[in-house]
Amino acid sequence: MGFFLEVVLGGLMAGVLYSLVALGFVLIFKASGVFNFAQGAMVLFAALAMARLAEWLPDLLGFESLLLANLLAFVLAALIMVVVAQGIERLVLRPLVNQEGVTLLMATLGVTYFLDGFGQTLWGSDVYKIDLGLSKDPLLVLGDFFEGGILLNRDDIAAALIAVALVAVLALFFQKTATGRALRAVADDHQAAQSIGIPLNRIWVIVWAVAGFTALVAGMVWGSKLGVQFSLAILALKALPVVIVGGFTSVPGAIVGGLLIGLGEKLAEVYLGPIIGGGLENWFAYGLALAVLLVRPQGLFGERIIDRV
Amino acid sequence: MSTRKIGEVILDLRNISLAFGGVKALTDISFDVREHEIRAIIGPNGAGKSSMLNVISGVYTPQQGEIIYRGEHHTHTDPHAMATHGVARTFQNLALFKGMSVLDNIMTGRTLRMRTNILQQAFWKGAAEREETLHREFCERIIDFLQIQPYRKTPVGRLPYGLQKRVDLGRALAMEPSLLLLDEPMAGMNVEEKQDMSRFVLDVNDEFGTTIVLIEHDMGVVMDISDRVVVLDYGKKIGDGTPDEVRSNQDVINAYLGVSH
Repeated sequence: MGFFLEVVLGGLMAGVLYSLVALGFVLIFKASGVFNFAQGAMVLFAALAMARLAEWLPDLLGFESLLLANLLAFVLAALIMVVVAQGIERLVLRPLVNQEGVTLLMATLGVTYFLDGFGQTLWGSDVYKIDLGLSKDPLLVLGDFFEGGILLNRDDIAAALIAVALVAVLALFFQKTATGRALRAVADDHQAAQSIGIPLNRIWVIVWAVAGFTALVAGMVWGSKLGVQFSLAILALKALPVVIVGGFTSVPGAIVGGLLIGLGEKLAEVYLGPIIGGGLENWFAYGLALAVLLVRPQGLFGERIIDRV
Repeated sequence: MSTRKIGEVILDLRNISLAFGGVKALTDISFDVREHEIRAIIGPNGAGKSSMLNVISGVYTPQQGEIIYRGEHHTHTDPHAMATHGVARTFQNLALFKGMSVLDNIMTGRTLRMRTNILQQAFWKGAAEREETLHREFCERIIDFLQIQPYRKTPVGRLPYGLQKRVDLGRALAMEPSLLLLDEPMAGMNVEEKQDMSRFVLDVNDEFGTTIVLIEHDMGVVMDISDRVVVLDYGKKIGDGTPDEVRSNQDVINAYLGVSH
């Protein structure tokens, strides 16, 4: 029982990270209909920026505190991500407005390779680490209930808390502010939003900035867990099956989809792996996405597409 | 009748021509709209009525012609620019934000009048909060006016069609427009709903002095509520004048009833 719970919690925490990246996809897709393939590259770029800035800043400014270094690096990296996101929107996507979806996808594919390469030129191409100053000793909980209790990683817990906080902040922003309302309006109906004077261009800039920020949070948490390296960008692509499962246009879908896939792949690996051979964790997400596509193409929470014939 | 006084010309359309590829949607159309009047555009299906409205609201840019709105010439416009100039519109096939509540839909109409920036809003302090309250009061007045108080928190997608049309009107009114464009405000309604909507249109015109340009199919309604009517057929103007003048115009009768050759 204790072991089962451990697997479940481990899966959910991995899932939270997938959700974070998927959230960036969904925000941009909802607001502008662009499928931003570069979200993964943005995660890597953000993580690199954060890792290197936290390394350079203490030397540059002459202080020692790890907390201060992380804090400053986070704020600076956030600013950089806002600039990068706006750059992509203005220089690449705005000139392509009203083009076919495939054209936009190819453009973001180009941005992906540019960001991967440029990021490593700028920040370096070794494996870096983001040290959030958490102890590596696992936490033992529920020791009284099960023999051996449940072991939890502190950084997993921190990651989950950060993700939950980010989702809560985004939800409040979308529901309670005038800009959030305008964002929802644009996501719902472009034409109507324009006719009441909501400036689409400004909304897109804001959405890309928010997506850049979620990329930073995902990159930071993931980087602290696995180290900051090129494979982050590939791992971030796991967000694709997540949005397929959850639905391209649904924020709750991105969250639930992430959790489902995180949980599913861990359970499959642990309990099915020994039976049909290992390596399940690597393709389980894609198998699930394929199954969802066959049964419910709009995803669990997506809007059903009904065309008038 | 009301006390409103029809004023100067505020919208002057001169020789507007619009084509999509080889298809001519509008050919050399000129007419004007005076302040505080209700101006109807009528015509058979495919006459170019909606295209005309889309030209005024900036969705289409005509290949030829001039749009003079409150003394300013507009040749290249877009919907956002026209909205900033005080032009609001409703849609033939409802373009409401279906997942959002009635109140939120109407509040989006206040976007252009909001002054606080995203950072102020993000931290939900003083200025942004006061502004939100102020606009909320304004929207509540519109909700009262349109008698949709019981539905203010209901997602618009769940309301019956007639009420959705009212929300659409409410969102346009929230912009405090000086020119209001209504694209078939009574399409698909039953008699009772049509009467309600006609009354709202007249009340808006009367109480706020809003100039209204509307497209409508129901001849009875058009003749009852409009001050002047322009008639289009196959993208050309075939009649223009008061309801009585238009009714007795031979071209108009032919267009509507057909003519034997």
